Amino acid sequence: MDLQTLWFAAVAVLWTGFLLLEGFDFGVAALLPVLGRRPADRHLLLRTIGPLWDGNEVWLITAVGAVFAAFPGWYATWLPALYLPFVLVLLGLIIRAVAFEWRHSHHTAAWDTTWTRVITAGSLIAALGIGAALGATTLGLPVDGEGNRVGGAFSGLGWPAALGAVAVLAFSLVHGAIFLSLKTDGPVRVAARRFALRWAPVAALPLLAWAGLVHLRYGTPVTGALWLLAALAVVVAWARIRVGREGQGFAAWGTMLAAAAATIFGAAYPVVVPSTIDPAFDVTVADASVSDYTLTVMTWVAAVGLPVVLAYQAWTYWVFRTRLTAEPVHAEPAGVPA
Amino acid sequence: MDVLDVARWQFGITTVYHFLMVPLTIGLGILVAVMHTMWVRTDKPEWLRMTRFWGRIYLINFVLGVATGLVQEFQFGLAWSEYSRFVGDVFGSLLALEALLAFFLESTFLGLWIFGWGRIPKKVHLAALWAAVIGSIVSAYFIIAANSWMQHPVGVAVAEDGRPEQVDFFAVLTNNTALAAFSHAIVAALMVAGALLVGVGLWQLRRRKLAGQPTADADHQVWRRSVRLGGWVSLAAFVLVALTGDWQGKLMYQQQPLKMSSAEALCQTEAPASFSILAWNKLGSNECDDVHSITVPGLLSFLAHSDFSSAVPGVNDLQERYAAVYGATYPDDPSFGAKAGEPIDYTPVLAVTYWSFRLMIGTGAVSAAVAAYALWATRRGRVPTSRIGVHGALLAVAAPFVANATGWIFTEMGRQPFVVVPNPDVPVDEQVWFFTAQAVSPGVSAAEVWTSLIALTAVYGALAVVELWLITRFVRRGVTTGDDHPTPGFTPQPPDEVDDGGDAPRRDRDDDVLSFAY
Ligand code: HDD
Ligand code: HEM
Ligand code: HEM
Repeated sequence: MDLQTLWFAAVAVLWTGFLLLEGFDFGVAALLPVLGRRPADRHLLLRTIGPLWDGNEVWLITAVGAVFAAFPGWYATWLPALYLPFVLVLLGLIIRAVAFEWRHSHHTAAWDTTWTRVITAGSLIAALGIGAALGATTLGLPVDGEGNRVGGAFSGLGWPAALGAVAVLAFSLVHGAIFLSLKTDGPVRVAARRFALRWAPVAALPLLAWAGLVHLRYGTPVTGALWLLAALAVVVAWARIRVGREGQGFAAWGTMLAAAAATIFGAAYPVVVPSTIDPAFDVTVADASVSDYTLTVMTWVAAVGLPVVLAYQAWTYWVFRTRLTAEPVHAEPAGVPA
Repeated sequence: MDVLDVARWQFGITTVYHFLMVPLTIGLGILVAVMHTMWVRTDKPEWLRMTRFWGRIYLINFVLGVATGLVQEFQFGLAWSEYSRFVGDVFGSLLALEALLAFFLESTFLGLWIFGWGRIPKKVHLAALWAAVIGSIVSAYFIIAANSWMQHPVGVAVAEDGRPEQVDFFAVLTNNTALAAFSHAIVAALMVAGALLVGVGLWQLRRRKLAGQPTADADHQVWRRSVRLGGWVSLAAFVLVALTGDWQGKLMYQQQPLKMSSAEALCQTEAPASFSILAWNKLGSNECDDVHSITVPGLLSFLAHSDFSSAVPGVNDLQERYAAVYGATYPDDPSFGAKAGEPIDYTPVLAVTYWSFRLMIGTGAVSAAVAAYALWATRRGRVPTSRIGVHGALLAVAAPFVANATGWIFTEMGRQPFVVVPNPDVPVDEQVWFFTAQAVSPGVSAAEVWTSLIALTAVYGALAVVELWLITRFVRRGVTTGDDHPTPGFTPQPPDEVDDGGDAPRRDRDDDVLSFAY
């Protein structure tokens, strides 16, 4: 495998890792109004992701950084073409991050409610926006031969973006629900499991449709097999959650995402920004890449650095592995029975 | 304003804002880690309380640093796509390495530190904080290496398409500009943290004294130690800032002579050259000859060459020299936007370079003076009650922030009109350079950048208000961080007592947990 292909794969892995990890904290945050109606439950939901969301978000920063580092032509075509949508995503991520910290820096009910809503809103915006951006970069953006956007500020937001947006949000919601059923005990666990069981089959559809479309357009037998694996994983996830094996269900649902992402990136390769104007304007890995020297340097650093990062992130997940339960929290009537 | 100007304002505003949080994160991170280490070693309650109080402020600030840093990561692509294409072979990899080697370390271990109280062995818990702090420092190193490459591009050759192609990664990492700027920025960050400790500590000491509170308890020790620690750190950091700044000045003279002369409003080449203290007349007209100043003879020669007699070239001479080599007008090419075919002004905005340089040094000196006062006023257990002194110290917390911001504004605006400045150490036909006018994204409209500029500025403004309110409230409340119970002597439980499947016992210690959220 040449270095450009290797780095294309690395970028795909980083985006997949980001969706797998931040996916559940987006999901938990989006489920706050559904599963966290009682204050104690709400706090429980937030506690499950408290130590993890920031580390998860670094996957996004690294994924974007890797796109810039390995394929500046991709970075410089993709981001300006979706200028305002990306800015909106950034605003969503900003308010979400500060809300996590500020929520508990002052103790009144109104303050708590406000920042909890901000966490939900910011997460929804970010999940939808990142999904839209990924949908557009794999299914098509209106760019010309110079890599510049054709049309107005929102011309990048066609149906590919809409499909990507829905797919990422739907995936995250169920992913978050399974995560909650795995990390909590008591009524929240039950409700989360019920939610995951009810919605998993539906929530998988947009993602499978997206992967299927990219496959039909550019795919190979291998990506076809990956797509089938993704579809199969949905069934397995549903069946395992049904019998109460949440851990296995979580793994299967994650496999679904990984297989679907592999289908999408595998089929799209070597195109990184397909043009909806003219296929001749497609930006490919070769057009967008940096020199072999730079790729070699980065390969060495990543080969040493990435395993270390994975090891200590895994370790923190292990430190925080225990199930959490809701209990009375300050400033609230204690022990309201479920 | 055209897209270029709006995009520059946006970059300037968002980056300067990001850099309000950054030095506090770096500086306070180091000091909190020191406090935590002292607690682990001595078991004295005041060190624990200091760790928790300052640690909490560190965290409130850290989150805003993260939130605004995200914008930075995307900005280069959003508004500066041509820049990103041009420098991609060097610049992107440094950003990616920063994320991989620094941001993961910072965020993961900070999460562990926040939620690890009582869950992991004491020393491992302390090590987690140090890991996060080292992450911040590593992050500063990589991003400054990236920035310094724009100031002094090394380790590259010119490729066929005219773009720089990286040939020596090690040279990029050991760029002398980067080493000097990195050390300067780290010690400047310590000045920020030191000033905060001094200002808040003095204010609390005075308040407690006026309220007749005891001076023998641990809380008194918390504030006293904070003032002493902050004061010494500030003073030492100021000395180091001056030394590293002198190093930077010498490099700047070789690498970007126009920046140096603009900082001094030095029009004609002088030998020996004098250092300007105050300038008046039409600094704003950007016509160097309209400027008059009070000067110290020979000092500028010293800053540039370490002797008091050598010549320092003036702005007028340099302007001609640059025009001869890099062109008197921008090429008549659409990639230069509205600037195509226009004459090039190689002189940065004199008023900005001149005053930002002086503000940086001046506010830094103010901060050092306040630190000296604080150390003197608290000598041998004394507590100052002077209203002016104490409130002045509180106000002076802002001084090193201003110094940091103006330092960057000087560095960044002083390199105009280039975004990548040609490296004079290599022959002209092997140099790479890039004008700011070429750097902006061609496909993005002024209306879009206006929209994002307004949205980001409004959100940043609102965040600043809430942030300041929270920090002020927190500072006023002092070390008793609980709502109604004073901070207990808090001993962490051994992990096996906690790891029982739930963390119920932790709930009543809510305020002991330095947390982002749960
Ligand atoms: C001298 C140091 C320095 C400088 C010049 C910059 N930053 Fe920064 N940045 C930091 C030092 C830092 C830090 C100390 O590491 C921060 C501040 C607070 C924090 O959370 O980490 C950070 C946070 C931070 C984050 C969030 C990291 C996270 O989620 O943990 C990103 C993505 C960036 N920065 C990116 C940038 C970019 C692209 C810059 C260039 C314009 C930039 N920063 C300038
Ligand atoms: C964190 C501290 C920094 C501050 C406060 C800062 C400040 C500024 C300011 C004020 C401008 C506007 C210049 C103008 O309008 O003439 C600017 C531009 C710019 N800076 Fe920085 N900068 C910082 C760090 C960096 C770093 C670390 C990089 C790169 C790694 C960088 C890259 C740029 C770029 C690409 C521009 C846009 C082009 C331009 O207008 O010159 N800056 N910065
Ligand atoms: C005491 C004398 C000082 C001197 C001689 C000095 C010198 C310099 C010089 C020459 C630069 C520009 C480097 C370049 O553009 O190549 C610079 C930048 C800067 N200064 Fe200072 N400085 C001093 C004090 C301070 C203080 C007190 C602070 C903050 C507390 C500070 C913070 C900065 C920052 C953040 C930058 C921009 C980043 C960098 O290049 O490191 N400086 N300084």
